[in-house]
Amino acid sequence: MAENPNNKRRDFLQLSTISIGALGTAAFIWPFLSSMNPAEDTLALGTTEVDISSIEEGQSITVKWRGKPVFIRKRTKEEIEEAKEVNFTDLIDPEQDIDRVKKEEWLVLIGVCTHLGCVPLGQKLTDNKGEYNGWYCPCHGSHYDTSGRIRKGPAPNNLPVPPYSFLNDTTIKIG
Amino acid sequence: MSGNSEHRKYKNSFLNWIEFRLPIISYFEKEYGDYPMPKNCNYFWSFGALATITLVVMIVSGIFLAMNYTPHTDMAFDSVERIMRDVNYGWLLRYIHSNGAAFFFIVVYIHILRGMYYGSYKYPRELNWILGVFIYLLMMASAFMGYVLPWGQMSYWGATVITNLFSAIPFIGEGLKIWLLGDYTVGNATLNRFFALHYVLPFVILGVVGLHVAAVHVHGSNNPAGIDIKSKNDTVRFFPYMVMKDALAVCVFGVIISAVIFFGPNLMAEVDNYIPADPLVTPAHIVPNWYLAPFYAILRAIPDKLGGVLLMFGSIAILFVLPWLDRSKVRSCNFRPIYKWFVMLFFVNFFILGYVGMLPAEGLYLLIARIGLVYYFGFFLIITPFIHRIETPKSLPLGISDVYLGGGKEALNPNAQKEII
Amino acid sequence: MRFIIIILLFLLSTSIFAAESNSGPMPKHKWSFNGITGTFDRAALQRGFKVYQEVCSGCHSMKLLYYRDLRDIGFSEAEVKVIAAEYTVVDGPNDEGEMYDRDARPADRFVSPYANDNEARLSNNGAYPPDLSVITKARKYGEDYIYNFILGYEEPPEGMEIGDGMYYNKWVGGNQISMPQPIYDGSVDYDDGTDNNALQLTEDVVTFLKWAAEPELEVRKNLGIKVILFFLVLGTFIYFVKNKLWREVD
Repeated sequence: MAENPNNKRRDFLQLSTISIGALGTAAFIWPFLSSMNPAEDTLALGTTEVDISSIEEGQSITVKWRGKPVFIRKRTKEEIEEAKEVNFTDLIDPEQDIDRVKKEEWLVLIGVCTHLGCVPLGQKLTDNKGEYNGWYCPCHGSHYDTSGRIRKGPAPNNLPVPPYSFLNDTTIKIG
Repeated sequence: MSGNSEHRKYKNSFLNWIEFRLPIISYFEKEYGDYPMPKNCNYFWSFGALATITLVVMIVSGIFLAMNYTPHTDMAFDSVERIMRDVNYGWLLRYIHSNGAAFFFIVVYIHILRGMYYGSYKYPRELNWILGVFIYLLMMASAFMGYVLPWGQMSYWGATVITNLFSAIPFIGEGLKIWLLGDYTVGNATLNRFFALHYVLPFVILGVVGLHVAAVHVHGSNNPAGIDIKSKNDTVRFFPYMVMKDALAVCVFGVIISAVIFFGPNLMAEVDNYIPADPLVTPAHIVPNWYLAPFYAILRAIPDKLGGVLLMFGSIAILFVLPWLDRSKVRSCNFRPIYKWFVMLFFVNFFILGYVGMLPAEGLYLLIARIGLVYYFGFFLIITPFIHRIETPKSLPLGISDVYLGGGKEALNPNAQKEII
Repeated sequence: MRFIIIILLFLLSTSIFAAESNSGPMPKHKWSFNGITGTFDRAALQRGFKVYQEVCSGCHSMKLLYYRDLRDIGFSEAEVKVIAAEYTVVDGPNDEGEMYDRDARPADRFVSPYANDNEARLSNNGAYPPDLSVITKARKYGEDYIYNFILGYEEPPEGMEIGDGMYYNKWVGGNQISMPQPIYDGSVDYDDGTDNNALQLTEDVVTFLKWAAEPELEVRKNLGIKVILFFLVLGTFIYFVKNKLWREVD
């Protein structure tokens, strides 16, 4: 009967064998975890092209991008003025309006409240737009202004701006 | 219950805390560390470990496949191809799973044949053998239902043919078939329930495997000499001796299965299963998975529908009583000069049955299948129970250590071997 | 080492099975993607795609492919966009509840020639032109069969009755098929100046079909070499550790 090898010092050969085995096991697990990431067909739908030619001034549309609502609003002169006039350093999440748009009249936002993920009201003309004439989240009462910035309520951040670009004057590509 | 002090045996106080409340650590130490293995066990004894590892890999890859699979007749085929094309490493998961199933059967077949050759099913391991046959049955059921999921032509028609077997049962057959299918033909209801069962059955298998292992550990493993462990000197600890041996077997197995998964992933697949299921067109000939083909050959060898079904189920059921059919007192075929050749012929016969089971049932193939069928049952019902009357076993070695050292040829009267009732 | 022998026996038996299904009369063609380091020739794939577009896609769908998949065969993002835009897909419903036509995008599936299977049957004398997405996996002898089959149109042997609207083909089961010979010398003009005889066209389109059926082939073989090497190295180490360990057992 051989004695318990645990009592012996593990030699170099054993150590390398164990390391190679451990390395292989780790590598074996990777494809399984990786398979849970979004698949190619999901990624391929990661960009959305939107025709914005039919949006009137003061109107908004909601499009779906990566399963989330994206607000596209053609702002009126007053709304733009309102957004610019605010002293941005006083805001909860200080940001200038100019940094949140590519063209002044077009505001593009991910329409998910930064508090707990509800979709704020304000897209329809009849909606409650909140105290700052932008969006109002009915879940916990967050008020966003005409630049989508948080002004009052529990939400910590401004409504995020998704990556987008103007393909031409009437089409934008989100994502 | 014993006192606290007896449990305090680990340096790590956390382990002691667990051990005191649930002695699971000492259990694993006993069963997978100290467990004494006969030291003359050859590499055939690694196939149990290989089968367990394959089962775990099958379950894990299956779970990840299920995350992307859609069990609906309109979408199942496309969802499998989506896994192959769009899901990250999806092709790898699917090929591991589909080829893993085939290799699971190869490994388990070798494991079973090893048990038959070395008489591992005999006293005191009969229950162990019976649990093993249950595992085999559950495996066949899982494999059959899993094969339906990709919803190709062979999936559909294989399911149709096999479920029609049940309609051979008198009086209740037709009703039973419809109950199994949940529809008048194989349809969406069938696909859904097969998916549900295919998901859960492997966990049942895992449970029975637990019992299977626990049962073998009660009286210890058999060995190529088929004689009992007499002293500590006959054995080695499971860890690290057997673990290292099994690890080497896993590496060899890994090379072989990888060669198939990566360089011939469809070698064992039927081309018709890459054609989406079409209830209006039957493929030229329906082939079962090759690992179920021996039983399919038996089914078709009988011209009568009910008779074929009965014989097919009988051919599996007879495995349960093998421990009582074999009346010889010697376990290992190494010491049974006549029976040994019949056992080998049984293996070959099983292989041939599988081969003709995949060919059209006509002419010569049908004849071969019938001869094979006769031998299959003849082996169990005539040869195994009566061969000991004409066979004189060779002398058994005195102890395992003698065998291990290559000596001990002459010693024990075979009739002194522990009685088999 | 009886273990090794058993394994070899099993390998042998499986290779007998494999050989049994491959040895038939089907002539083998030399493919760039065969062998353990086989890869697809990108230029051949692009030419093959052109043959598919101009010849096959008139009747055969490839529903499992997306236009974006063409990036794999060497087309750029912009080129894929242009290719996709040549096709029209039905989308909708829009805000007015109407379905509408739009140009296909890279994220769309290959547009099928027929709206549904029944229309496909109706337009082809009742014979359904099979989807070609996984055709090389769905036929015995795979790409070799497709290759020989496309080139297998001949005059029927004397005395053989060919049905109405049927054609003689050496390789198809029953030797009759309702698809006319699809490829002739010069059927498709290549932009890259490759000779466009029937042999070349067929080889290219079959290469394309093989890629369509197994787009993972190159990655798979590449990973396979690494995995097998890993098991060999680990196995060697374990072998020595195990031997050292067992030397103490007497």
